[in-house]
Amino acid sequence: MIESSAITKQEEEITLIKPSKGWGSLNLRELWIYRELVYFLTWRDLKVRYKQTALGAGWAILQPVLSMVVFSIFFGGLLNVDSGDVPYPIFSYAAILPWGVFAKALNDTGRSLVSNRAMLTKIYFPRMVIPLASVFSSLADFLIAFVVMLGLMYYYQIAPTSNIWTLPLFLLLAVITALGVGLWLSAMNVLYRDIGYMIPYITQLWFYLTPIVYSASEVPEEWQFFYALNPMVGVVEGFRWALLGTADAPSPMIGVSAVIALIVFISGMFYFRRMERTFADMV
Amino acid sequence: MDEIAIRVENLSKQYRIGLTPMRYRTLRETISESFTRNGRASRAASKEEEGKIWALRDISFEVHKGQVLGIIGRNGAGKSTLLKILSRITEPTEGYAEIRGRVGSLLEVGTGFHPELSGRENIYLNGAILGMKREEIDQKFDEIVAFSEVEKFIDTPVKRFSSGMYLRLAFAVAAHLEPQILVVDEVLAVGDAEFQRKCLGKMNDVAKEGRTVLFVSHNMSAILRLTDETILLDEGRIVLRAPTPQAVDHYMASGFSQSGERTWSIDEIPSESAPFRPIALRVSDNDQRRYDRVRSTNPITIEVEYAIDAPIKGLRVGVYMQTTRGEFVFTSFDTDNAQQFENYSVRPEGHYISRCTLPPDFLNEGQYVLGINASSYRVKRYFQDENALAFSVDGAGAPGKQWPERRLGPVRPRLEWDIDVR
Repeated sequence: MIESSAITKQEEEITLIKPSKGWGSLNLRELWIYRELVYFLTWRDLKVRYKQTALGAGWAILQPVLSMVVFSIFFGGLLNVDSGDVPYPIFSYAAILPWGVFAKALNDTGRSLVSNRAMLTKIYFPRMVIPLASVFSSLADFLIAFVVMLGLMYYYQIAPTSNIWTLPLFLLLAVITALGVGLWLSAMNVLYRDIGYMIPYITQLWFYLTPIVYSASEVPEEWQFFYALNPMVGVVEGFRWALLGTADAPSPMIGVSAVIALIVFISGMFYFRRMERTFADMV
Repeated sequence: MDEIAIRVENLSKQYRIGLTPMRYRTLRETISESFTRNGRASRAASKEEEGKIWALRDISFEVHKGQVLGIIGRNGAGKSTLLKILSRITEPTEGYAEIRGRVGSLLEVGTGFHPELSGRENIYLNGAILGMKREEIDQKFDEIVAFSEVEKFIDTPVKRFSSGMYLRLAFAVAAHLEPQILVVDEVLAVGDAEFQRKCLGKMNDVAKEGRTVLFVSHNMSAILRLTDETILLDEGRIVLRAPTPQAVDHYMASGFSQSGERTWSIDEIPSESAPFRPIALRVSDNDQRRYDRVRSTNPITIEVEYAIDAPIKGLRVGVYMQTTRGEFVFTSFDTDNAQQFENYSVRPEGHYISRCTLPPDFLNEGQYVLGINASSYRVKRYFQDENALAFSVDGAGAPGKQWPERRLGPVRPRLEWDIDVR
């Protein structure tokens, strides 16, 4: 564990370096000191992606829109999935939005440590900066994709409900879930590269366990409890409820989702901190 | 002035060989190794307690504020591990270190540089990675750009930079970090002579400003020039701490294997070297027998044995020769001959020996150091060890031996002199 304490004498810092034992503290203070690095890494992720690709920021729109088109044709059209009172395209798009943030954040954070290995082995900084930056860049994509949502709502003449203020809370829940799982996976990926290959399957399975192409109400009553253990169920239904006024208001089950997300998130941070000290030797 | 900047007490670092040097494992390996002790695991187990090695063992020392301390030692002696611990990249296994002041580490310049971003963007990004605040970078921006001499290209993506420009920019950012304690590892091994001169100058300035510097290098002349005192490490322990000239002499005289052969074991080869794997470097003056003492009047054969695990494009394997004071005598590569380079434009996997012979009457008597380098020009340096093997040259029978004086200079050619009487 590394502790640094600022001592007033000419703002001289004394750093004590010694082996850490057991579970350390999260040392969020240090993370705060390095907040500019989170900003710069997020900015690098976005800038590089937009510079390298011909469509640039267009990808943030194209991806969810294409998904919406395909889902609307197959699930909405051919399979006739029930989308409640709203047209299927907007029904699915309202779910694709938070799912996109979640899936991208999960994917990027999971791989983030290994893809930034040069930095890990050469420079010291709080390691959690790296997965955090990955999450923030997925939020930027969300904001761009959200513009399309506004366009769709205008097109279908659907006014947002008065519950729209809750949207950031659902978004936060999605981000915390992704970051929690991402922290676990990224730290494990340093140890076992197999994790990197597993991440796409985890995301894919999770996709089917979340009411994106279908509505949560299709799930039988007796399964609802287990279903709600997946925090993304609450997030997606919450989005539909706040934006479109379709799904029912979130039941107390959303509380269970939030608690689970928080447990994964906090345990993920501790696990990450514990594994952190070996990253440079293993990555 | 006599305050302590760094205090290190009984610092030790242990690596498990199964995992290191810096190697990750797959689930399958973990599972299969728990059933059978095969391959790497058993090879490692033969060395010390169940595949564990101490990269550093009970290191204790103090550095005063404003002191410039050199750290020398062979590859694998623990120099880099020590710097990594002090710059908090990795944790020690035992012991502790106390550091007073902000530490800046230059373990490698250009960390976090992104080829797609412009010079300007990379300055900000790299500065943030090195721990600079945004205002701090704003303030020093012009100075950094001026130092790097890339003003004209500052808005060009760095992927279009020449390697020299890239290095200058990277070093410029790092050099403008103003830590109280600077930890430097071998940054000077790269770049052209002009750049190296500039880096050394900058380091000199840093030292003159009264900041503490820890300087690891294989470049003995840089160590001699920049540091007053030096620690010599070997196999993870401090062998000697002495005024620099004394430490360098000690290192050069005894720090190497004396058999005329240097071999590399798996744990001495950094993972970045793959797919190149050095095996041995040998010196001999007669057929296949190896000597640490060769005669200057005989042809001297230098042999590099190595393995290549995957085909490498444009590979050149070569040797450096230096005097014990760090002056280079020559550098030569096995594909220096253009035809040879054609023939080996891609070197397939396999087990190789590259051999060359120095003509008789070439070297002066004295001690020399051989280094090896395996690289693809401007693509990648796979492996480099500038101080791989020391050997001495016996001058018996060399030209001019009738006078028992020490001849100046590293070479002692047998020249045909004409003496004309006019």
